[in-house]
Formats: sequence, C-alpha cells, structure tokens
Amino acid sequence: MAIRARRSFSIKTQPGFTTIAMACFFLLYLPIATLVVYAFNSGESVAVWQGFSLRWFQSAWQNSLVQEAAWRSFLVAGFAAALATICATMAAIATTRTVNYPGLTFKYAFINQPLMVPEIVTAVALLIFFSRIKVWTGYTGIGYLVLAHTAFCIPFAYLPIRARLENMDLTLERAAADLYAPPWQAFRRVTLPLLTPGIIAGFMLAFVISLDDVVITEFVKSPGQETLPTYMLGQLRRVVTPEINAISAAFLALSLLLVTAFFFLNRKKS
Amino acid sequence: MGSDSAAIDVRGVSRIFKGAGQDEVRALDNVSVAIRQNEFFTLLGPSGCGKTTLLRLIAGFDFPTEGEIRLYGEDIAALPPYKRPVNTVFQNYALFPHMTVAQNIGFGLEMLGKLKEEIAARVAEMLALVRMSELKDRRTSQISGGQQQRVALARALAPRPKVLLLDEPLSALDFKLRKDMQIELKRLQHETGITFIFVTHDQEEALTMSDRIAVMNKGRILQVGSPQDIYVRPSERFVANFIGDTNFLKARAVGAKGGKVKLDLSSGGSLSADLPPEGLSVGEVTVVVRPENASISEIKGSDFAGNVENIVYFGTDTHVHLKLADGLPFIVRQQNSAGSTAAVKIGDKVGVSVVPGTAKVIRD
Ligand SMILES: Nc1ncnc2c1ncn2[C@@H]1O[C@H](COP(=O)(O)OP(=O)(O)O)[C@@H](O)[C@H]1O
Ligand SMILES: [Mg+2]
Repeated sequence: MAIRARRSFSIKTQPGFTTIAMACFFLLYLPIATLVVYAFNSGESVAVWQGFSLRWFQSAWQNSLVQEAAWRSFLVAGFAAALATICATMAAIATTRTVNYPGLTFKYAFINQPLMVPEIVTAVALLIFFSRIKVWTGYTGIGYLVLAHTAFCIPFAYLPIRARLENMDLTLERAAADLYAPPWQAFRRVTLPLLTPGIIAGFMLAFVISLDDVVITEFVKSPGQETLPTYMLGQLRRVVTPEINAISAAFLALSLLLVTAFFFLNRKKS
Repeated sequence: MGSDSAAIDVRGVSRIFKGAGQDEVRALDNVSVAIRQNEFFTLLGPSGCGKTTLLRLIAGFDFPTEGEIRLYGEDIAALPPYKRPVNTVFQNYALFPHMTVAQNIGFGLEMLGKLKEEIAARVAEMLALVRMSELKDRRTSQISGGQQQRVALARALAPRPKVLLLDEPLSALDFKLRKDMQIELKRLQHETGITFIFVTHDQEEALTMSDRIAVMNKGRILQVGSPQDIYVRPSERFVANFIGDTNFLKARAVGAKGGKVKLDLSSGGSLSADLPPEGLSVGEVTVVVRPENASISEIKGSDFAGNVENIVYFGTDTHVHLKLADGLPFIVRQQNSAGSTAAVKIGDKVGVSVVPGTAKVIRD
C-alpha cells in the first residue's frame, strides 16, 4: 500500500484526510454502537448503563405487538420483493436483449423513477390514490402495502439483474439457439440459470429496502397495520425503553446479514 | 454452380449495415458461392472482409439484406437458427458454464426431443470421437482451452448437422496445439462426412486443410477453387498477394498463341505466360511468378536480369532479393540441396530464369 501511495496520487496522503475520515466514521457508527450497547442494558434507561442483560430482547420477543408487526413486515417485504423481482427481471431482459432504440433511455428513467421522485411525494400520491380505491372496493387489507412496496422496490431489484444480463456472454444464448433451443427453452435452460445469482441478489436488496420503509408505509397503511418500522416510530412517541434498542439491534443484524449475502452473490462471477 | 445438390448455395447475397447517418457498411456485396456436400470448404480473407457475417447468415443469427441462401435446394434465409440443421463452433467456444462436458454435448439432442438412451449413446460416441470420455463430468471451466475446443466440436457435431460452421476455431490456440487440431479437424470431417465451412485469416491453414477455398476481400468473393488452383492460378493481385509469396512484374503483350502470350517486361526482358480465363486486357498487364519457380542463372540466355540486393538464409532454402531495371523487387527462392545453389553476392548483376508455364497474367 505504501508503495502504491508513493507512485500515484492518493487521497490518503492529503492533509486532514485522517481527521475527516475518523470524524465521519464516528458520526456514522458511534450512535449505532451506542444503540446496540444499550439494547443489553439491564435498567429501564437508554442513557444510563446499569449492567448487562438480555431482558429487553426477551421482552421484545414476547411482545405480541412486536410479533404482529414483525410478521406483517416480513409478509409485505416477502410478497413485494417477489413481485418486484419478477417485474424487474422482465424489465431487465426487455431493456438489455434489444437493439438500442430512441425510447430506451426514457425507459431506463421510467423504471428507475422511484429512485428519483421524493418518497414523500410518492407516499402522498399513493395515499390519495388508494383511499379512492378503498372507498370503491371496500377492501382495506395488506394488499395496498404490498403494491406500494413493490413499486418502489422495482429499481433496487432491477439494477443487479440488469448488471448481470449486461455482463453475460451473448454468444451463449446464440449457441443455445444454434443447438435447436427455441427462445423460451434458451431462456429457461441458459439465460435463467446464469441469471439466478442476479435475481437472488435483486430479491434480497428489494426485501431489505421494503423491510426498512417508513414513509410510504405510514401513509398507505390502514389503521392497525403496523410494520416493524412504523411500530417503532409509534413507540418513540411514548416511553422509550431499551426494548426499542433490542428490536433495532435485531433488525440491524438481519439487514447486515442480507446485505452481506447480497454482496457475495453479486461478486461471484458467472 | 447453383445446383440443388449443393449443401449450401449462396445466391447474390448482400448484407448492408446502416451506420450512423448516411454511411452504410457493405459487409457482404453480392456474394454467390455453392458449397458441395462433404467438402471441407474454407472462407479465407483478412480481418473485416465479411467472413463472420457470411457464417452468421448461414447459421441464421442474421438475415441477408438481399439474396437467398439455400440448403439442399430449400431457401432457409428466413428460418430462425433453431430451425436450421446447421451447427456452429464459436470462436470463443461459448460452452455453457453451468453444465458439465457431457451435458453440453447432449444439449442439442435434448432440444431436438431425442430419447434419453439415444442421447446418452450419442454423447458417449462423441466423447470418444474427440477423446474426452474421461472428462465427461467436468465443468467446462475445469478443462484446458484445447479441451474446450474439442467439447465445442463434439457439441456441434452431436446433432448430426447437415453443415458445420467453424469461425476461426483455432485462432485462440498456441502454435503446437493448433497444428494438432488442424489434423484433428481433418480427421473429424473425414470420419463424420459432414460438410465443414471453416473460416480463417491464415492462408497456410487454409491451404493445408481445405478441399476448396473461397478468397474474400471487402465483402466480395474474389476466387473459389482448390488450394492448388488458387496458389498456381490466382485470379487477381489480391489473391496472389494474400496466398504465399509472390513476385509481380509489369509487362506489355506482344503476341498470343494457343493460350500463351508473349510479353515484353518493363524491366527489359521477355517472358511467355499463361492467359487468364477471361482473356487479355489491352495495355500494361500484371504477371505473377512464385519465388520457387524462378532461378538465378547466367545473364545470357535468361528471361530477365536484376541486381542482388539481399540474401536471406532459411535453412532449407535461400531467398535472393533482386531489384529489376524498372525498380520492382523480385525474390528468387533457391533450394539449398548440394550443388544446386549458384554462388551470388550482394551487388552482383544476375539473370533470372522462370520455369516455363508457371508465369501467369492476372487481373490487377
Ligand atoms: N452488427 C454490425 N454492425 C455494423 N457493422 C458490422 C456489424 N457486423 C459486422 N460489421 C462490419 O462488417 C464488416 C465485416 O465484418 P466481419 O464479417 O465480422 O469480418 P471478418 O469476420 O471477416 O473479420 C466489418 O467492416 C464490420 O465492421
Ligand atoms: Mg470474424
């Protein structure tokens, strides 16, 4: 590393770099570290350390409201990520296995729209849109949350799938066609198996994004349809106990696990 | 030409790629060629001359702008690749990385809906044919380049295609492996009796392997013939230049008799040469003489004379580089067998004699 730094320009050698880097590091991780540490506090406070205990994890685990919200979160995230991944896979194939045409850039923008439109705008729009439908149909179930989450998860599922399709050797599909595979068979026997890591990665990313959402969920949910994040937000308005820390810590662990798995899947070359 | 007995009959095919704005690329320009059943046919030409484009049209990955392609008399130009009884060995092999060697070889048969036992038997037969039986359960990433090459061949041959297309299949191999694979390919073609259309830019490879060669340049086929035909009777300057070493002479015809023409060379001497099949153009003509068909001799009684500029020793033979009176270069290749080499030095003025019947008048 030292040799490399001497040979070419390196940001690391710039004055003040270490200070700024350390500051960023602390700003990012110190609050999270504190949060995790106090999840293990044996007292009632989130600010005064009174000894180590797992009581808040236990209490959160046994809290029926937490259980219900967690279950709903997983349900919504599971369905939304699955739907988003299917849409994203089809969109990725349609936008990569084609000759370039004038409208294509517009389509990329369209697919990635949820990344660019402010979340609060989407949330308000969906609130108004769905409230009409709720009145007309009388249906107030979890379906609205699933649909809303699907919509904003699509770009996250789309990106890794598209990346994998773009890196795939096109002659493989040609070879399949050459060996008498009609388009559907060529897709099923060659493209899809090679695309699978991308699809799993896309699913996991969409799942994490959905699991984490507050703004859109808060606007779209019917009364009583708390997900884990909205439940936590509600709790913060009342008495704060380390139970919230425990839930957050568990949440963090799960997200880290999924994101790490995503990373490894994405790195694995075909 | 153009009979229904041809395995592949390409008739007046053009492929024009529209570029940005007005410019277009004529990758193929009115190409016609008939490829016979069971022959080892080679498309030879420099990079960018349209070889791959022609192969892709035959395989069905691309469609002609004009013209038709017939397979045993049937027009296939509009059929998708999976409906053509034609298989391809890709330049990068394109083996399926998520399948084993055996699964790769069986893929085409599976897609054709063959029975399991039949597929297994044929795969075993193919594995034996390319000597890969003991590696049948390996992943394609776990075998060497040469082995991948053989799997690609077996995979393309397994469904018994009517025609096998090979796009520069040997270009990624090192010299030794390449020589082995050239022999292997000839053997496979002989044993399977399948028509091979082989693409290369290597003239030596084309000469040693082919039954017939089509020499291409800039989207056109310039000459089709056996390796001997093309080497001995090149039709035009590009062909003569691309295949083997050649000397070009400028001359003026002074009288023709029985397919032979008497020429006055612009360098001073005179020569008798074969006429091209389409006859002689008026004015200055170009004559080709292969270096091995010329020898150094006394000026008296020789065909023409030149100054020795360089002498290059190659072991089996020696190349004597001359400069003729009109400034053109001329190379004489002398065999180094004992006693046959005239002793010449740089700076000598020497005579050159051409073996009668070997000089050819060509299109320029
Ligand atoms: N898809 C394409 N679009 C535009 N031009 C192309 C395309 N494919 C080939 N060409 C052009 O056609 C010509 C012939 O290409 P190719 O058949 O690949 O040559 P070869 O295989 O003999 O090297 C080249 O000039 C190439 O740039
Ligand atoms: Mg090519």
